[in-house]
Amino acid sequence: MDSNTLYYSLDLVSGSGLTLSSEQKAALQTSLVILKRNNKFNRILFWGKILGIKGDYFIAQGVSEDEMTDKKSLYSFNCVDWHLLPPATEAMLAEVSAAAKGRFVGDPSHEYEHTEIRRQGEGDEAVEEEIMIKVKEEKRLASTVHTIDKEVSVVPRGAFIKSPHGLVQTNRSFEGLSSLEAGKLSCFLHFTEPQKLKKKSILEMADLNPSIDFLDPLSEDIPKGSWSLQFERGSTVCVIRSMLWLGLTFFHVPMTPQHGYIYMGDGLKNLDLPFML
Amino acid sequence: MESEGALNNQREQTAICFKAFMLKNSTKSNLNLYDHLARLLTKVMDERPENVVDVIEDMSREVKQGLLQDKQSTLRDMPLAPAAQLLAEQQRLLFSRRGGDDGDQEEELVETPLPNVSELGFFLEQAGVGLGREEMLKVFLALKQLVDSQPLVRCRLWGKILGIEGNYLVAECEYREGEEEEEGNEETVEDEERDGEPRDDDEEADVVEVIDTLPRSTFKPPPVVPKEDNRTGVNKFTYFVCREPGLPWVRLPTVTPTQITAARHIRKFFTGRLDAPIISYPPFPGNEANYLRAQIARISAGTQVSPLGFYQFAEEEGEEEEEGARDSFEENPDFEGIPVPEMAESLSTWVHHVQHILQQGRCVWVNLADKPEDDFEEEADEEEKEEEPDEPEPEVGPPLLTPLSEDAETTNTPPWSAKMSSTLISQFAIAVLRSNLWPGAYTYASGKKFENIYIGWGLKFAGEGYIPTVPLMPQREYPSGPEITEALDPGLGEEQALKAALEEQKAAQEETEGLGEDEEEEEEEDD
Repeated sequence: MDSNTLYYSLDLVSGSGLTLSSEQKAALQTSLVILKRNNKFNRILFWGKILGIKGDYFIAQGVSEDEMTDKKSLYSFNCVDWHLLPPATEAMLAEVSAAAKGRFVGDPSHEYEHTEIRRQGEGDEAVEEEIMIKVKEEKRLASTVHTIDKEVSVVPRGAFIKSPHGLVQTNRSFEGLSSLEAGKLSCFLHFTEPQKLKKKSILEMADLNPSIDFLDPLSEDIPKGSWSLQFERGSTVCVIRSMLWLGLTFFHVPMTPQHGYIYMGDGLKNLDLPFML
Repeated sequence: MESEGALNNQREQTAICFKAFMLKNSTKSNLNLYDHLARLLTKVMDERPENVVDVIEDMSREVKQGLLQDKQSTLRDMPLAPAAQLLAEQQRLLFSRRGGDDGDQEEELVETPLPNVSELGFFLEQAGVGLGREEMLKVFLALKQLVDSQPLVRCRLWGKILGIEGNYLVAECEYREGEEEEEGNEETVEDEERDGEPRDDDEEADVVEVIDTLPRSTFKPPPVVPKEDNRTGVNKFTYFVCREPGLPWVRLPTVTPTQITAARHIRKFFTGRLDAPIISYPPFPGNEANYLRAQIARISAGTQVSPLGFYQFAEEEGEEEEEGARDSFEENPDFEGIPVPEMAESLSTWVHHVQHILQQGRCVWVNLADKPEDDFEEEADEEEKEEEPDEPEPEVGPPLLTPLSEDAETTNTPPWSAKMSSTLISQFAIAVLRSNLWPGAYTYASGKKFENIYIGWGLKFAGEGYIPTVPLMPQREYPSGPEITEALDPGLGEEQALKAALEEQKAAQEETEGLGEDEEEEEEEDD
């Protein structure tokens, strides 16, 4: 969520149980401003908190030009000193998914080890090699943040527009969804490269506005029911929680342009989701 | 001079023509460009937005839409959603004070069953947990409403369980002595007493009748573990839930051991409706209210902790040889409070104060192989009707008030994480304990005050992944016997051999019969 609105937005997502202590909020207030200036970000967002066994990571993201692709993630332990996370690459994602299991430890230099026995060569000449894959927790953190953004980041429809040059920017004329629209999952979109958009039939595409509808809506996620949409606080805030990554909370106040999402959890994907619905 | 004047005239004329053109009403929408531009520019003048040239098209569209809406405003009503309105009205009742005579009496009560939720909210916020200040206040008022409506001696905010369509706010309460109401028709699983005698022989004898009856199933379900009484063990407290503060509190039924064992095998989200069925394998005996109650029981048993020394066992030294664990404790009036850094460092300064639930689903083990002590008490000891060879081993769990350092580690994660709430101002920090087994369970302690809370999805940490229970093998339909077992048909050679043997036997029989007849004739002749 945007750092400018952090102080009242935190109250809106605290229905999920986790929030920040007043000391942490105060520290964020100062350090995020400094971070924004030092790294010349356009906007700086407080992304959330990943709970580890020995310590918790606070994650912030800075956005430059393009809202979707120009993102840099930083982590901190005390909300004051921030360290840049390496950008997540395909190779890193593959390594992390093979090696890192269980909870986050809370120490960025902790190494996860995984030995694989690979066969090389064919037939009788097969040679078995034991390959040890070591992954540092920092990389695991970077790939987890990247994966969460890719799979469950949410924005309301109309909040971002895609310019003809392909740049994704905030829509300054966005006045918020109406209460009726905010109750429908199809009015909320994934904020990543669309997967299913190109497969839509021309009939469906006819209703869409290409500058706003360049993302996949949440209602098309499989399995159905992996999102929980509720109105909280006497129906003034629409809160969407993901069941796939437990801890991701998105809020939107209807008829206002306030929206944002935050992840506060242990950084583990809920693979048992189909059994639990 | 004149040419300039003529030029100006010409310009003026073109301008007037163009203005006339702009004033021409559109045939489709009856608007004209001149008025539209005038309105748009007035709006820009009033609002003076940043980078107006980038958003001018949107503003233009808004101006046009604004015109249409004005015309329809008399017809269209935009009410607040009815659900929101109802909730707001119910929550307004929270804020109303009760009548005057009750108010005086309540102020005189020294001990109120209501907890100090504002203080709780403050400490939890320091720990990084909580529902937000305004929401906590509404919860406080809702608890006050509960305390006013039910005769409770103690009431505590247990926490919040999140669900897909709605959430549950849970309060843990204890009724005053003798005030408890009877539950009506809550039994979904009936307790049947079954004899231990194997009745296989009788059954097979019955089957052989003139009419072929269907074979009877020989399945005997395992004996049902009886549930614990109210106010003991798992059912020590009564729980009330409500969806939002302000809505009426619903009492949850007591929990049975079968429900706890079933809850241990399934992994399901809550939907937010208490009457939702739980469709799972192994089938859960009950609906969501029972499942919720079972999870609450498991979470309480696993994560309710207190600082070492806050509770002590009651000083009744007479019975030290009780079979079960001691299950009652009282507050220690001499508790001094453990310094916060110590509490955040070592886990042995914390103890469980809720009884551990055994494998059976109860806190106090009950031996199911015992005969029920009814009329045949005398016979039971003498006759051995039981064919089960071994007596089941009594299950033992860790006794009450064991420190957390004895908790077992599962899947390579330590079961608890402790830390201080603040490193900058450590004199006034509080110790925060977080459970890794039940994500969402938090405890804080500061001096003499401590509290537990659970805010989460109501699920245990699964580690590697959940493997659903495989269904049982299908049962054999018929007991195998000679009537249904297949046998090979005899070949031709065997048939002939059998026929020859039978003929020989018959011939031998006739000879002996013939001899018998001759003997009889001889006897008759003798007479």
